Amino acid sequence: MIDKRVKNLTEIVAACPDLKDGATILVGGFGDAGVPERLIDTVRDLDLRGLTVVSNNAGSGDYGLATLLKAGSVAKMICSFPRSAGSVVFEELYQAGKIELEIVPQGTLAERIRAGGAGIPAFYTATGYGTPLAAGKETREFDGRHYVLERAIRADIALIHARTGDRWGNLTYPKTARNFNPIMAMAASTTLAEVRRFVDQVPPEEVITPGIFVTRMVEIGERR
Amino acid sequence: MKLAQSDIARRVAADIPHGAYVNLGIGMPMLVADYPQPGREFVLHSENGLLGLGPAPSKGQEDYDLINAGKEPVTILPGGSYFHHADSFAMIRGGHIDISILGAYQVAANGDLANWALPGPKPPAVGGAMDLVAGARQVWVMLSAHVSKDGTPKLVQRCDLPLTGLACVDRVYSDLAVIDITAQGFVVTDIVAGLSEGELRAKTGAPLLFSQQCRLMPATQVAA
Repeated sequence: MIDKRVKNLTEIVAACPDLKDGATILVGGFGDAGVPERLIDTVRDLDLRGLTVVSNNAGSGDYGLATLLKAGSVAKMICSFPRSAGSVVFEELYQAGKIELEIVPQGTLAERIRAGGAGIPAFYTATGYGTPLAAGKETREFDGRHYVLERAIRADIALIHARTGDRWGNLTYPKTARNFNPIMAMAASTTLAEVRRFVDQVPPEEVITPGIFVTRMVEIGERR
Repeated sequence: MKLAQSDIARRVAADIPHGAYVNLGIGMPMLVADYPQPGREFVLHSENGLLGLGPAPSKGQEDYDLINAGKEPVTILPGGSYFHHADSFAMIRGGHIDISILGAYQVAANGDLANWALPGPKPPAVGGAMDLVAGARQVWVMLSAHVSKDGTPKLVQRCDLPLTGLACVDRVYSDLAVIDITAQGFVVTDIVAGLSEGELRAKTGAPLLFSQQCRLMPATQVAA
């Protein structure tokens, strides 16, 4: 019987060879919505080094991604908007030159991740053409318009926050907390999901992330 | 003689055609959501995966799974939907959004836009701006003030800040005027009552043409 449910957070990161120093980790969420905070805390406690983290924002306050940054685990952030209110930990590391930053337009970030999950190595987009974020990148003209070549993102691990999940790994998401979670689930060798509530079966027509994209999941209860 | 932010937002809302799909940027553009137009329906898009953005919730009704691009709690209107980030930016990049409304540091007479990076030690943050200006059919800029705090014009011949997009802005709404960007440069279609053409020129860093049908906008009444 396929069963991707595990009992607790310790078990979800156990026997996970992709979770190692130098790994690239996709972290779902936009602002505070849909951030897999329990999984982030669990990874922080592993005390890894040299991680590359891909996430829309760079954490705020002293919770979520900010705790992983504060622990010194992250060598590089790939994100679109690291300057949200309260992104103090990231700003301190950045201004001290202790972390590398790759700024990516938000839609390009989403499509690079989607492409990674879909087996597309690179794609052309008009976004950013003629701006500093396209500097040094290959460009090409199609039908009289200029486009920039962008590479896909593949990761070792994805950390996902979901609303409901069944034993096959099928997931649904709460409202705008969906954001990057479904595409990140597709783009990693190992996808770990924290799920508010396990259910017997997600109705097939309501599945947002089909279980094929999910490795293991843990139940965390309703939002605090 | 000028317009308050609320009056600029009311004017922008009045110019949105029936049936339009409109993305509102972070900050002042969000005020447009507060001015629904009787007899006309337009659908507001939020880049974090929401169509049918409604007004802010009343106190105590905030749901932190339901937020806008500025990470503030919002509501969803009947007919609305949630979707993941790759779909959200497919709507933007794919030309499905009729109007993108955003803020700016500088707009050039040829429509170049700079709105994401300022000099200084803070990390840059682009968010979805480059995707929006590359993909939306029209780009409208809202300026709470026609000139910056030190009096420097925000409407210029050439942007000297890092660009967000090339020749992408169609119209600017400031506290002093409504200005179209045309092949001939800036064309004033509306000017605040009590301000002379010469005074507006003095606050603008590039030549201004005045439309034959240039209209007067009543200035916001300030309580004495």
